[in-house]
Amino acid sequence: MKTRTLIVAAFAALGLATVSVAEPFDDGQSTTYYEQLKGKKVGFVPLSMGFDLTEGWNAGLQNQANALGYEVMVRDPNWNTEAGVQAANGLIAEQPDVLILHPLDMQAYNRTVQKAMKSGINVIQINLKSVTNGDAYVGTDWYEMGTKQAEAIVAACGEGSGRNGKVAVVQGMLATPTAQISGQGMNDVLAQHPEIEVVATQAADWDASKAQAITSTILKQNPDLCGVLGLWDGQDIGTAAAIREAGMQDQVFLVTSGGGNQAAACDNIQNGNFDAYFSYDVPGQARDLNAAVKILLQTQPEPGSAPFALYTPLKLITADNMSPASCWTLEELKRIGG
Amino acid sequence: MLKMLNQERIVGAIAVVLFIGFSIGLSGFLSGSNILSLIQNVSILGILGIGMAIGIIGRGIDLSMVSTMVISVAWMLVMVNSGVNLWLALGLAVGFAVVVGIVNGLLIAYVEVPAIFATLAMGIVVYGFGKSFLIGQDVVYLPRDESWFYHIGSGQIAGVPNPVVVFALVALVAALFLKFTKFGRYNYAVGDNVATARITGIPVRPVIVAQYVLIAVIAVVAGVVVATAVTSMNTRLALSTQVYDVILVVVLGGIGLSGGKGGVRNVIVGTLLIGILLNGMTIMNLGYTTQNIFKSVILLAAILIDTMLNPRDEQTAQHGDI
Repeated sequence: MKTRTLIVAAFAALGLATVSVAEPFDDGQSTTYYEQLKGKKVGFVPLSMGFDLTEGWNAGLQNQANALGYEVMVRDPNWNTEAGVQAANGLIAEQPDVLILHPLDMQAYNRTVQKAMKSGINVIQINLKSVTNGDAYVGTDWYEMGTKQAEAIVAACGEGSGRNGKVAVVQGMLATPTAQISGQGMNDVLAQHPEIEVVATQAADWDASKAQAITSTILKQNPDLCGVLGLWDGQDIGTAAAIREAGMQDQVFLVTSGGGNQAAACDNIQNGNFDAYFSYDVPGQARDLNAAVKILLQTQPEPGSAPFALYTPLKLITADNMSPASCWTLEELKRIGG
Repeated sequence: MLKMLNQERIVGAIAVVLFIGFSIGLSGFLSGSNILSLIQNVSILGILGIGMAIGIIGRGIDLSMVSTMVISVAWMLVMVNSGVNLWLALGLAVGFAVVVGIVNGLLIAYVEVPAIFATLAMGIVVYGFGKSFLIGQDVVYLPRDESWFYHIGSGQIAGVPNPVVVFALVALVAALFLKFTKFGRYNYAVGDNVATARITGIPVRPVIVAQYVLIAVIAVVAGVVVATAVTSMNTRLALSTQVYDVILVVVLGGIGLSGGKGGVRNVIVGTLLIGILLNGMTIMNLGYTTQNIFKSVILLAAILIDTMLNPRDEQTAQHGDI
């Protein structure tokens, strides 16, 4: 009985196999493409999961991995650089084909990047680069971010705007490179515009309540302030609250930046909290990230031999140019992202 | 004469000196609106400080306070954003905080884990639990709704910013509570000497549990002010060093960590000093590091003067002082 079932099963399997012999169309590249990606392993160490950027990227990464049959393993160090280095080392031991790192600062992962590449793993860095180049960088050029934000404030408050040029800078946590590099970009632009007077530069530590406190004090001292240069939507929601409370939303031009999440960006432009928002467009970054993964998996270069960068095109969102497609939601990215 | 100077008075004097100095030296400091915004900017710190003071007077400490504040209010916003009735969500958030307070209290009063360790661990548990099961995003935004509730942290009543009003109310209630209720008096007794309190017949353990429940509820009040002031709640605050700022305000005001002493007035004095300092330094546009140096030097000076004028001796020192 048992052998007969086996034989039947074997014939059935054979029958199925002959049916599936009808090969899918191969344009000369597609078959190898799918074969090269299938079963591969990608490691991902974000700063922390549970916030809009990393959740968005991960949604895109997972969608594509599912579609193409490879695996993305996420290790969440929850904002802790040391835990991040450990997580990355753990992943290196598992020998993935590609390792994606999201550094908190430019030094912490220097050796990790080298170690991974030495053991034959291609490294992608996302949204902040370590000093050491990996195989690919995907993300914002923070210097460009600073210059663009400053140019926006110059356009709103500088020469030709008919305004007095009084501007305040509400910085983030000064020790973080994103704040430092952007700050340098801002300073370089403002230095070319002597009509802009920076009346205050204060750091709010990425904390909305601190940003509110600082801004309210600055507004009391400078009731004729023309604009505020912010740096991150989650912090500048506090800056905006102070401006709104002072009844100066029409007078003070607030420039900020972030990943372009609907609730963080577009909603706040619509209700007048932000006047200009430079988005690094997380869905676009997720797409770039996937592209970098696919390129590395197919070409399998000697790690570190041919580093390339995909700097994110920054997207300016204002009340005038905002459309339903300007921002994104995580649900949407989970559904169709990547 | 010099012995009359306890830490509260020293800090009060420093605050007055700074106040006069800034008033003369900084144009715009002494305007009514700047003074109000000065208080507004530290009112959240003050509300949290009053909660912390209740714990420290009872010879405890609550390091989980900021986590409780962040997670309960962020959870409330998540619920409201997904369509739950605001008042139900608020009730659940308060309920969550009460549970955290009870667990803290049970650990400290009955299991006899030192408060500093129990609440340190609890803060991490609360944040981890909240982020894993209750809240998906790190920043939760306020729903677009016109209920008066969303104006608790912004807007004014008779020219006084609402956060200042809330701070004043919490201070008033806490002061009356500590001075005139049975629990309030018990709290001092427990903080002063647990063993004596126990033989006197005071229900020491329930008092300790009540202490932490109260702190957790005050944390929710502070959280509501934070969220409605900046129209969002950033859960990353739980990972910040804010809880040390809160302890700083309490200790700076002169509430000793050895318990049994001090009151709401101390917290107000400590909060005002920090407020004046921050406001003045922002107006002067001092750099970040310079501000930190000034802050710590003034704290150190206050403690130094206190230690010199009121040295610790066998009578005032207690076993287990931090």
